[in-house]
Amino acid sequence: MRRYLARRLLLLVPVLIGVSIIIFMVLHLSPGDPAEIMLGSQATKEDLARLRADLGLNEPLHVQYVHWISHVARGDLGRSLWMKRPVLGEVLTRLRATLLLTATALLLSTTVGVALGVAAATRPNSPLDRLSAVASLFGASMPSFWLGIVLMVIFALWLGWLPASGMYAPFGGGDLRDLLSHLILPAVTLAAASVTIVARLTRSAMLETLGQDYVRTARAKGVSNRAVVLRHGLSNALVPIVTVVGVQAGYLLGGAVLTETVFAWPGVGTLMVQGILARDFPLVQGCVLVVALSFVLVNLAVDLLYVWLDPRIRYE
Amino acid sequence: MSDAGAVTVSIPRAAEVVRRRRALGRLAGRNRLAAVAALALLAAAAAALLAPWLPLADPDVVDTPHRLRPPLSPGHALGTDEFGRDLLARLVWGARVSLLAGVASAAAAMAIGVTLGILGGFYTGWVETVIMRLTDILMAFPYVLLAIAIVAGLGPGLRNAMVAIAIVGFPLYTRLVRGVVLSLREREFVEAARALGASDAVILGRHVLPHLLSPVIVAFSLDVGAKILATAGLSFLGLGTQPPTADWGSMLATGRQFVILSPHVVLLPGLAIFVIVLALNLVGDALRDVLDPRAAAQ
Repeated sequence: MRRYLARRLLLLVPVLIGVSIIIFMVLHLSPGDPAEIMLGSQATKEDLARLRADLGLNEPLHVQYVHWISHVARGDLGRSLWMKRPVLGEVLTRLRATLLLTATALLLSTTVGVALGVAAATRPNSPLDRLSAVASLFGASMPSFWLGIVLMVIFALWLGWLPASGMYAPFGGGDLRDLLSHLILPAVTLAAASVTIVARLTRSAMLETLGQDYVRTARAKGVSNRAVVLRHGLSNALVPIVTVVGVQAGYLLGGAVLTETVFAWPGVGTLMVQGILARDFPLVQGCVLVVALSFVLVNLAVDLLYVWLDPRIRYE
Repeated sequence: MSDAGAVTVSIPRAAEVVRRRRALGRLAGRNRLAAVAALALLAAAAAALLAPWLPLADPDVVDTPHRLRPPLSPGHALGTDEFGRDLLARLVWGARVSLLAGVASAAAAMAIGVTLGILGGFYTGWVETVIMRLTDILMAFPYVLLAIAIVAGLGPGLRNAMVAIAIVGFPLYTRLVRGVVLSLREREFVEAARALGASDAVILGRHVLPHLLSPVIVAFSLDVGAKILATAGLSFLGLGTQPPTADWGSMLATGRQFVILSPHVVLLPGLAIFVIVLALNLVGDALRDVLDPRAAAQ
């Protein structure tokens, strides 16, 4: 296991280099002078020259990359032009909010999705199964940001049960109860499409395992239905389920940008969109880098989970 | 069927016949739904194409005294938005932008992805390595995040949003096509063509490409809906279509501030996106049932 982990970590290096090159190149795609784009057309020649020197924009592109990546490796993501603060601290503060939202949505989509999928697989073609098929089609077709607004109108504005936006109440809040009440609507919105995908995949993986000979043997031995479904069915269907949950974790991290914007959740997504509209390249680069790194680490965790779940899997 | 014929049918075969009939029945039921969806899509596409000739109000004319009128108001079947602009006209004109953006970005992603997939599957060595590593790296990003990053570089705007979505979308086609081409490359008919002295271009064009049509058509039909959602998402964030051009995502974004007073300014564009993407998914599923039954069964 230790050797496998070392190999996987080593394999991360080229991926991370590739990711960093793409992030670096993407923000140099813009036609024209990045300094002028960042400071706007009103900027003086001196301001432009100073920014170009600060960001090393006068150097050739590969020198700029090496300069940038060597700073990144030391934890220096540069200074935000808009907030006049170091990017890393700002992004890490916001990352906590994004990870909380994403993890809650993932927990929600996994528990509800797996429960729905197992229920649908044990009763194929039942009303519940059909309902889950319709829900998955709806989930794949509904814009998450629209669902968020609809939920906000119903539960925050009409019924008044939950707060409409933010992470804490502006006055008198700040405790766990306050946080949870603010978290419900964004987490449900973010998890909605994911629940249906996890449910459909769990259903098909369960149907496959429940049709195996060992399941028939277990039933013939008189094992209770509950034990057959959970111990023989679900535990053997876990590998494909973990795969889809891992993929969903990535989608949720990316999709969080839209949900955060709808609910004014103070995460990396809202920060990044503000950074783009303010043309604050160092801030945007920092946000994308930190989220992409989190995504790569989630994928690594999923790969390690396979080995733990199914000892037959050994990547050689 | 005669009585004598019925007696000869064994019980397992009869069960198989019943099972097949049920499956066919389900397919017909789904296809009826897909036919309705296809009609809805045709109607939306026709309305979008014919928008300049339809008896609609000007979608950009501001009429503040009549702002935020509810649906079924005189002269405004679906009401007006925060500037008093006719919502029906903006939805129809918005359909032009949203549908075109979805189809164009999916088509661009398909063109790039299929080309790279064929090259990566057919040629081994550095071509394959470069293409597949590029695909892996692009897939190491969350989809929406990379699209946003590219728009950040290119600058907000519909064309740049479409370019970004095409770039993040092509690896899906590359993976799909490369898998098919890899299996075809070793098949006897390709070997026979090569033995007869056919060039790579002839082998790819005449023997490989026809086998790619079904999976690519199915993937494309399901992908257009995803691309419409993605462009609407970017417009919602203010990174796609810029005012005053109407598109469903930006209509949702601007209407959001008035959702308490007039929920219809948000509900209608969202519903339009939902219905069109749902219809595209239904048609895509039906196409998969017909063109790629093995994938449909999985």
